[in-house]
Amino acid sequence: MPLIEFSDKGLYCRAGGFYIDPWKPVDKAVITHAHSDHARFGSNNYLCHRYTLPLLQLRLGNNNYQAVEWEEKIFINDVQVSLHPAGHMIGSSQIRIEYKGEVWVASGDYKTEDDGISGKFEPVSCHSFITESTFGLPIYNWKPQHEIFQNIQDWITKTHEEGKAAVLIGYSMGKAQRLMQCVSMICNNIYVHGAIWNVHDTLLKAGIALPDVKPVTNQVQKDAYKNSVIIAPSGADSSPWIKRFTPYNVGVCSGWMQVRGNVRRYNADAGFALSDHADWKGLLEAIKATGAQKVFVTHGFQSAFSRYLNEIGITSAEVKTEYGDELGTEEVVINNE
Amino acid sequence: MKQFAELVNILGTSTKTNDKLDALSAYFATANDKDKVWVIAIFSGRRPKRAVNSTQLWTWCNELVGLPDWLFEESYHVVGDLAETIALLLPETSSAAASHPLHYYLETLISIEKESETIRKQFIVSSWQAMTQIERFVFNKLITGGFRIGVSQKTMVNALAKTINLDASVIAHRISGNWDPLTTSFSDLLSEHSLSTDYSKPYPFYLAYALEDELTALGEPHEWQAEWKWDGIRGELIKRNNELFVWSRGEELMTEKFPEYFLLKDILPNGVVLDGEIIPSINGTPLPFALLQTRIGRKNVTKKNLQETPITFFAYDLLEYNGNDIRESMLTERRILLEKIVGETKHPALVLSPVINFNTWDELTNLRMQSRNMGSEGIMLKRKKSTYQVGRKRGDWWKWKIDPLVIDAVMIYAQKGHGRRSNLYTDYTFAVKDGDKLVSFTKAYSGLTDKEFAEVDSFVKRNAIEKFGPVRTVKPELVFEIAFEGIAASNRHKSGVALRFPRINRWRKDKKPDEINTLDDLKQMLEQYGK
Repeated sequence: MPLIEFSDKGLYCRAGGFYIDPWKPVDKAVITHAHSDHARFGSNNYLCHRYTLPLLQLRLGNNNYQAVEWEEKIFINDVQVSLHPAGHMIGSSQIRIEYKGEVWVASGDYKTEDDGISGKFEPVSCHSFITESTFGLPIYNWKPQHEIFQNIQDWITKTHEEGKAAVLIGYSMGKAQRLMQCVSMICNNIYVHGAIWNVHDTLLKAGIALPDVKPVTNQVQKDAYKNSVIIAPSGADSSPWIKRFTPYNVGVCSGWMQVRGNVRRYNADAGFALSDHADWKGLLEAIKATGAQKVFVTHGFQSAFSRYLNEIGITSAEVKTEYGDELGTEEVVINNE
Repeated sequence: MKQFAELVNILGTSTKTNDKLDALSAYFATANDKDKVWVIAIFSGRRPKRAVNSTQLWTWCNELVGLPDWLFEESYHVVGDLAETIALLLPETSSAAASHPLHYYLETLISIEKESETIRKQFIVSSWQAMTQIERFVFNKLITGGFRIGVSQKTMVNALAKTINLDASVIAHRISGNWDPLTTSFSDLLSEHSLSTDYSKPYPFYLAYALEDELTALGEPHEWQAEWKWDGIRGELIKRNNELFVWSRGEELMTEKFPEYFLLKDILPNGVVLDGEIIPSINGTPLPFALLQTRIGRKNVTKKNLQETPITFFAYDLLEYNGNDIRESMLTERRILLEKIVGETKHPALVLSPVINFNTWDELTNLRMQSRNMGSEGIMLKRKKSTYQVGRKRGDWWKWKIDPLVIDAVMIYAQKGHGRRSNLYTDYTFAVKDGDKLVSFTKAYSGLTDKEFAEVDSFVKRNAIEKFGPVRTVKPELVFEIAFEGIAASNRHKSGVALRFPRINRWRKDKKPDEINTLDDLKQMLEQYGK
């Protein structure tokens, strides 16, 4: 029996009696990070990183939570479990499981570039590695963060010169905080959508330092948005909520913006391929660094990526999961002010 | 190349026509003259011939990248564009090598056309290596063609007009016709001079919008001239300097393709330009468009072709008479001259497109019902006082097409689209019932909203049964109403019919797959309209 089984409820460790990121309610859930497709309602007990805890409380309310530090070893039944930085968003972790000398690592979502706020991805050596493959095709290779930040900043400057507000679209957890870092270097007039404000408030209370931003509310005078940058989750740009910023330009920040057709389909004024997932090279590097003998490929381009791994001599299999991709899985509550 | 690549980037992402116009006029105000000539050429469909083909580009890129073919293919299906796939796959250049100007690449592409593969490969690969990702994309696009980035020739002409202070209609005329970007300078191209030296130069076509309002909104019936709307290729027939030229609306010189017109060279008076429809007909009755298609692109025309599908010219307007541009005179005046010329020519290849007599709008509405029997696709309405304008304009000319034919069908295959539909299942194949079997009969790519496409895409992803390369067989469950303009017999299709301009009319969520039309229904339509 393998240490982790791929069940219809999620990744299951029978020896420890727990699940990793289950998509159905279970007794014990170990959570990689706070995005809604990985951390779901209804389980009895949740184990997560210290930084993930406040975000889970915000999203899932009161539950039995246990928070740990990175590298902290705990035992569930006889299985040793530890969390290691995944670099995907604040608190995001890979889950390392060791039992009778055998080591498995489930990556959750990860990126290999250090973005300065999500923790630096740490390769963990293991026998079996479960990797995501959201951007597991060779057309997805990201520019370094500082270059993309420069592009975004240039676009903001140009938008302001045209007398318009700059609206940036990105995930409310993770991408939004990254964008704040980028924007605050050139602009101190930053507004955020209510959904992002809630996350922001939670993170500040948890002691995480973030740039100064203001919430978009009905009390804010329209004039105040002139020469400002507004950060909002996807979905907000197709709702009436956005009209208050007129005139404005919309820039979408997502790895999917790597392909022109997506930018055009989104009807955005600009697209920035800024992703919280590893690119093609990042995935390959991370996998090689684990030294794993067997790699399980989950959500994304799993069949192509897994086939390629096999062809370059890394034994691999694809696994179907119910995790989402970078755009489109976020539950955005529009007009929640 | 950098400046042009930036232009393409802005044109490709901006969502407002005014932004595109500004970007283009800024380009025309600052770029060098040689590059400008090429940009005019590219955006008016005058791309140089392919010096290398897609397979070569693909192979050379793969040699540089070292990936398996199947992975390249997989990537291509996600990106939906070969030029872009290659640009994304090639490693970023480390050196700050500067690229050459646009005209350098286009001129070199032309000059190496007949060189060995080694030389062509060397040029392509070294060009890639001196370019940024966006430059590579544009460069590849210039080679592979299909530069569809939401810029019409009209926008380009308007931007030019803004920069050089000439009327847009004058520019549209000067840049039309037969000129070679390789040998034409910017000032020559736009000078008056170009008109007097190029005898082949056509006038820009006057195009009609579809009728939007009630007929009564047009005013009095006697102010209007009605004609049948033909389904052929819009063309201009020119005789100047004792030479004959035939242009298509796509500004392609088609003189050599249709030997039927050769004799007209001797009969037509000098200094005339006729506007009309290139269409096969026998005794004044048009043949289906499918038959015209058998003549287009055919290099050698056989005697059989000439007998079975004789190409004619249905003339409906006269733009030049005695060497004078008469576009500013009234339609009625031009029509009198046109009838005189066609009458005197007396050649079966030149047919006068008739005027429909009517006294009331009701009468015309009834006559329109006969369109399909006349082999036409509706009625053209032209104000009798109208001048011949440039491009698509509202007000004086309207097209009033008949309703399309429709049939209910079920989707059975889906494939990912291209461009803004990349990585989204938007290209579908449809089937009708034949007993308990389903028979595919057409593909359709348009007619749904973005939201509907997203819905169907998600259905395909959940209900794919089999995978044949990029094609997915899907559970036959979704029913659509397919609209089309015509139907013809075809031995290339399993169903035995070929449709003219099929598209999705609407999603019949109210219908189940067993309620769709049958192959017999299609055959009946063929019997009725396709003969």
